[in-house]
Amino acid sequence: MSDMTTDQTTEQLHHVTVHVNGVPRSASVPARRLLSDFLRHDLALTGTHVGCEHGVCGACTVLVDGQPMRSCLMFAVTAQDHQVTTVEGLCSAPDARPCATGERMNPVQQAFAECHGLQCGFCTPGFLTTITAYLDENPSPSEEEAREAISGNLCRCTGYQNIVKSVLRAAEIRTERQAENDSDAAGDAQVEAAARHTPSVNGKERA
Amino acid sequence: MKPAPFAHHAPHSVEEAVSVLAEVGHDGKILAGGQSLIPILNMRLASPAHLVDINRVIGLDRVDVGPDHVRVGALVRHAQLERHEDAYAALPLLRQALVNVAHPAIRNRGTTVGSIAHADAAGEMPAILVLTDGVVEVAGPKGTREIAARDFFEGPLETSLAEDEMAVAVRFRRFATGTATAFAESARRHGDYAMAGVAAAVTATDGVITAASASFVSVTDVPTVLDLTEVLGGQEAAAADWSAAAEAVRAHIEPEGDIHATAEYRRMLAGELARRVLRQAAENAATTKGSTSR
Repeated sequence: MSDMTTDQTTEQLHHVTVHVNGVPRSASVPARRLLSDFLRHDLALTGTHVGCEHGVCGACTVLVDGQPMRSCLMFAVTAQDHQVTTVEGLCSAPDARPCATGERMNPVQQAFAECHGLQCGFCTPGFLTTITAYLDENPSPSEEEAREAISGNLCRCTGYQNIVKSVLRAAEIRTERQAENDSDAAGDAQVEAAARHTPSVNGKERA
Repeated sequence: MKPAPFAHHAPHSVEEAVSVLAEVGHDGKILAGGQSLIPILNMRLASPAHLVDINRVIGLDRVDVGPDHVRVGALVRHAQLERHEDAYAALPLLRQALVNVAHPAIRNRGTTVGSIAHADAAGEMPAILVLTDGVVEVAGPKGTREIAARDFFEGPLETSLAEDEMAVAVRFRRFATGTATAFAESARRHGDYAMAGVAAAVTATDGVITAASASFVSVTDVPTVLDLTEVLGGQEAAAADWSAAAEAVRAHIEPEGDIHATAEYRRMLAGELARRVLRQAAENAATTKGSTSR
């Protein structure tokens, strides 16, 4: 518990550790540090964008323990010990793949690139995190459901048409990659099973 | 904008939380989901010197479905209650209303009890608590007490909670057998504050309405229940005088105008929403044999 008096000049600092994109990250911050500012200012993760700071625009949406939440409506001290995924963390998902530039993109990022789901890109990090979590819950949304899924995020450029297309395309890519991952896993299992069951050749175990 | 400085308290028990409140008095504020409080802090409309962050208090995140009530702890997020199948089976009105509370990302963080304690006339869940004749469970330095929903809301953003008390849970009362409910609201953008909203509960026996009531979002200063049994009672659920009910609603409410809608428009809108939800609830009450009740 903190001191009972608050003085603006000697604001008490709290040592906060948050697991960001799988890595424990710490900083000493005042209690009033918003999670959005903690990510951007203290951890230099500037992918999370800050728009309205009252929960309306959705640009700052990150995943807290896997669920989309507004990082501008949470304090860093409250996020202590929780798992936070920012837009920077999406490329390390199991279904992310290298793109033309060599960087990795998850299905939603890939779909936004393919469908021109962004123009200026300011709102995009919030859309990417929101849609990534949404597809985990509803892997094959209808167009109407896709529209509903993004209703909490504002975009002033696209008119949303291409973002809706991106949601639907992301669902397709996600399903394709999941099938690949499954068949890879099945393939690996077959190789292992074959290795276990293949009799030794010339008295030597197969590697 | 950023919040003004405050001292952060992170109690692990209700007793600890309440003792901090007792110490800091009017300067203290409970932080649960923060989806209403933090915007207010960010805009510096309020600057409490002490925030009592109850997110680490053990045991407040439970939903309990009993024979008479659905009990919701102070750390139950809207999304958790919305997805709770037993709560939905016991009291469908909860999910019917919760899907209208802001956007999913807000519902993932915001708490149902917090939105009730915030007592915003534009909030959905205060209207649901009064319509279900619910109860707020309160803890203070002198122990616990219960406040009936009708005595809880005193004005816009004002409740009968003392400054050293916190709401630890609410109990929504389940409706009698043969009752069905419906909820509808209209907002400029789905998930925004409603220009008007109406929750309805209608009880029918053999296709005839025996009780009806409604409560409102954004068109009354404090959530109130309008008993419509006199207007609709004794009529066929399939063909009741919905216009008379809508008229009673328009006479009951006290909407105020703002940049989104004039007072007259809100009055008209609430009447029309009431007509729709009352009709829907009545039809469901007449066709389902008490499956939505205890």
